[in-house]
Amino acid sequence: MPLRLDVRRSATGGESDFELALDVPSDLGYVGPAVELIADRFKSGVLSPRRVRFNLRTALAEALANAIAYGSRHDPRRLVHVRVEAGRDAVHIHVTDAGQGFDPDAVPDPTLPGRLEREDGRGLFVLRSLVDHVAFSAAGNSICLTLRAG
Amino acid sequence: MTFSLTKDKRGVVVVGVDGQLIVGNRQDMKQKVLDSLDGGARKFVIDFTRTGYIDSSGLGVLVSLSKKIREQGGDLRLAGLNEDLQTLFELTKLDTLFAIAKTPAEALAAF
Repeated sequence: MPLRLDVRRSATGGESDFELALDVPSDLGYVGPAVELIADRFKSGVLSPRRVRFNLRTALAEALANAIAYGSRHDPRRLVHVRVEAGRDAVHIHVTDAGQGFDPDAVPDPTLPGRLEREDGRGLFVLRSLVDHVAFSAAGNSICLTLRAG
Repeated sequence: MTFSLTKDKRGVVVVGVDGQLIVGNRQDMKQKVLDSLDGGARKFVIDFTRTGYIDSSGLGVLVSLSKKIREQGGDLRLAGLNEDLQTLFELTKLDTLFAIAKTPAEALAAF
């Protein structure tokens, strides 16, 4: 299924403000293409090229992979919804799945000596390290990543 | 995004990661390295000179490969990390697990 990015100028914002919406089937093969599709919209503007290349791409890849693997349980019929709000001061990225949610505070620290050599369990830690703010919905099935301008 | 494997005269395998190492392609790289390990190679350098970003799955596959290679008496070294990727390894404390060289040449010379 081809990914289709919906782009619209923000109704309430300034000239440089825009919103993006993208539905991603829950197959990990879509993560890379979805990330590139969204990152391409930030070639100039609110975020520096370096932050787009690394912080935005990595954080979005983490959020999508978590939603597909844990929220949708790899069921490609289930869609993960991505909504991006780009403004003059910040970019907010909402990633929502149709799963049961989870308790982010229950995820153990992957840098503890006993967990360092584990293959998995670093996603949330990496994500929190790369953006300025992370918020979860009460149900735990939607995450909002904030990257401030710069 | 592609992975290239080259072997130097001493049998050290250099794996070039062009683009990104993420959840969607990590198995491809893992399989290529494991095939090479099965084929008798024991010394590996992963070259990130042309890599934009690595996600946690990519980090995980490096941890897993490093363990498997060490179990076979081999060694895995990393090279060419840009400043952001170096920071990622430091934040996750994975810089304590891997030998990280500035350049592939430096990593090769250390074997």
